[in-house]
Amino acid sequence: MEQLIVSGLRKSYAGREVVAGVSFTLARGECYGLLGPNGAGKTTTLRCCLGLTAPDSGVIAMAGEPIPARAREARMKVGVVPQFDNLDPDFTVAENLRVFGRYFGISDAATRSRIPDLLDFAGLAGKENARLQTLSGGMKRRLTLARALVNDPDLLLLDEPTTGLDPQARHLIWERLKRLLQQGKTILLTTHFMDEAERLCHRLAILDQGRIVAEGAPRQLIATHIEPQVIEVYGEDAPAWAGSAEQGYARRIEVSGETAFCYVEAEQVAPLLAHLAERPELRTLHRPANLEDVFLKLTGRELRD
Amino acid sequence: MNKFFSLPRFSLRAIAVWRRNFLVWRKLAIPSVLGNLADPMIYLFGLGYGLGSLLPEVAGVSYIVFLASGTVCASTMNAASFEALYSAFSRMHVQKTWEAILNAPVTLDDVLAGEWLWAAAKATLSGLAILLVIAALGFVASPLALWAIPVIFLTGLCFAALGLIVTALAPSYDFFMYYFTLFVTPMILLSGVFFPVEQLPATIQTIASLLPLAHAVRLVRPLLLGELPVDAGMHLAALLVTALAAYWLALVLTRRRLLK
Repeated sequence: MEQLIVSGLRKSYAGREVVAGVSFTLARGECYGLLGPNGAGKTTTLRCCLGLTAPDSGVIAMAGEPIPARAREARMKVGVVPQFDNLDPDFTVAENLRVFGRYFGISDAATRSRIPDLLDFAGLAGKENARLQTLSGGMKRRLTLARALVNDPDLLLLDEPTTGLDPQARHLIWERLKRLLQQGKTILLTTHFMDEAERLCHRLAILDQGRIVAEGAPRQLIATHIEPQVIEVYGEDAPAWAGSAEQGYARRIEVSGETAFCYVEAEQVAPLLAHLAERPELRTLHRPANLEDVFLKLTGRELRD
Repeated sequence: MNKFFSLPRFSLRAIAVWRRNFLVWRKLAIPSVLGNLADPMIYLFGLGYGLGSLLPEVAGVSYIVFLASGTVCASTMNAASFEALYSAFSRMHVQKTWEAILNAPVTLDDVLAGEWLWAAAKATLSGLAILLVIAALGFVASPLALWAIPVIFLTGLCFAALGLIVTALAPSYDFFMYYFTLFVTPMILLSGVFFPVEQLPATIQTIASLLPLAHAVRLVRPLLLGELPVDAGMHLAALLVTALAAYWLALVLTRRRLLK
């Protein structure tokens, strides 16, 4: 059974269409990513799924319930990690979980018996009585994840779960999310970290200006939308070189500041590197194409904020 | 945007929101009660004995006894207002506590109902604390004063709802200064807390008689003096209608703010 079905979703604010016809489905046990620049409509889509915003049009079914008609019943079976920390600063770690359990109608005794497991999962074992101010950013994020699991949900909605965390903290969150997927949970994840999406998501959609511009498995998106190899050329003269470079060296060259990104087929790599070797003032980096290249190709390099 | 105007829907989930606030309060209960008591008591004794010694009887009783019943009403109003303004705004806008709760199977109607009842409960506690102190000092005439307790709760509901309207419109904490300086402070002076409304010019008396705090004073003062209030039904109805109408408006404005 599908855990989430979104079909033809549209939402405007003050005449600007923030979500302009978005459709996707999440099968049970799947991790699905929504990628997009700031303002692409990711958070609005999540708000519509939770029934916190009424869409202008479109159909949503979450955890088997029609939204927004039965949003409360659907939220019984869903866990949410919001983009910004909203743990209760007046409470200890355990109180945060206990009070949140009450919002689901879970008795204090039932939550209390789950707290050791939840904290163990979140790498916060023994922190029951810690005050919130004593937790690091990564610990707070993990506590938010534990809080989202307090009702043992089938579906998790994660809105940029690792934004602002250091690499160690991010890797720990990723490891925990993988464990949840192994347990059979379904995850909808928004992010603008490409490595996060590539690591975690079975499938993902790239959102731009409220529309899905590409959808598929990460490897498949790279294969479909972009040349397989990238040679980055750095240096003051790189833009000038890119302007004069002969056609045939690369399929596409994009210039951003003092860097030229050459998107090439496998057989073009050796000739281009040989050509660049004659220009020692230009530094080069050869790497396989990744999701970020797809993302930048589809959504452009201009800032969006 | 018709959906924002639908009538409030109540569910038992509001209790979980109320209990969340109660748990926070319990951690600081003693300083909170003492803090709420200190300010009105300083005014009551300062003005009651200081100014009172210069005055003959006011409305048939000593000035401090007259002022005591006004103080019960005014501090109920203050406690409800502070909770529904600053504390609720912190939870809505700064800490994003409401946002977290709304991700659980709790609706905004439940959140606001929980906040409303919580602010009214805290205000009742504040009014009761003063009632106890003045009863201990012998400023209360008879057990009729017990009937003041439901009036205090209703006064709390009324000002909690009015405060939630302002919170729904507030861009920041600074906004609340307008509410206090333009509404709360003038109302305290016009509602018969410090002096009988009859001292005011006739036109101002008419305006004053419409203020919610004036209705509360008209009910609480006679009850504490051992008399039955005149027009009790009308004053109760005025407080109740103001409370319900203000709560509905607060809910409409909060839905418009958070569910758009």
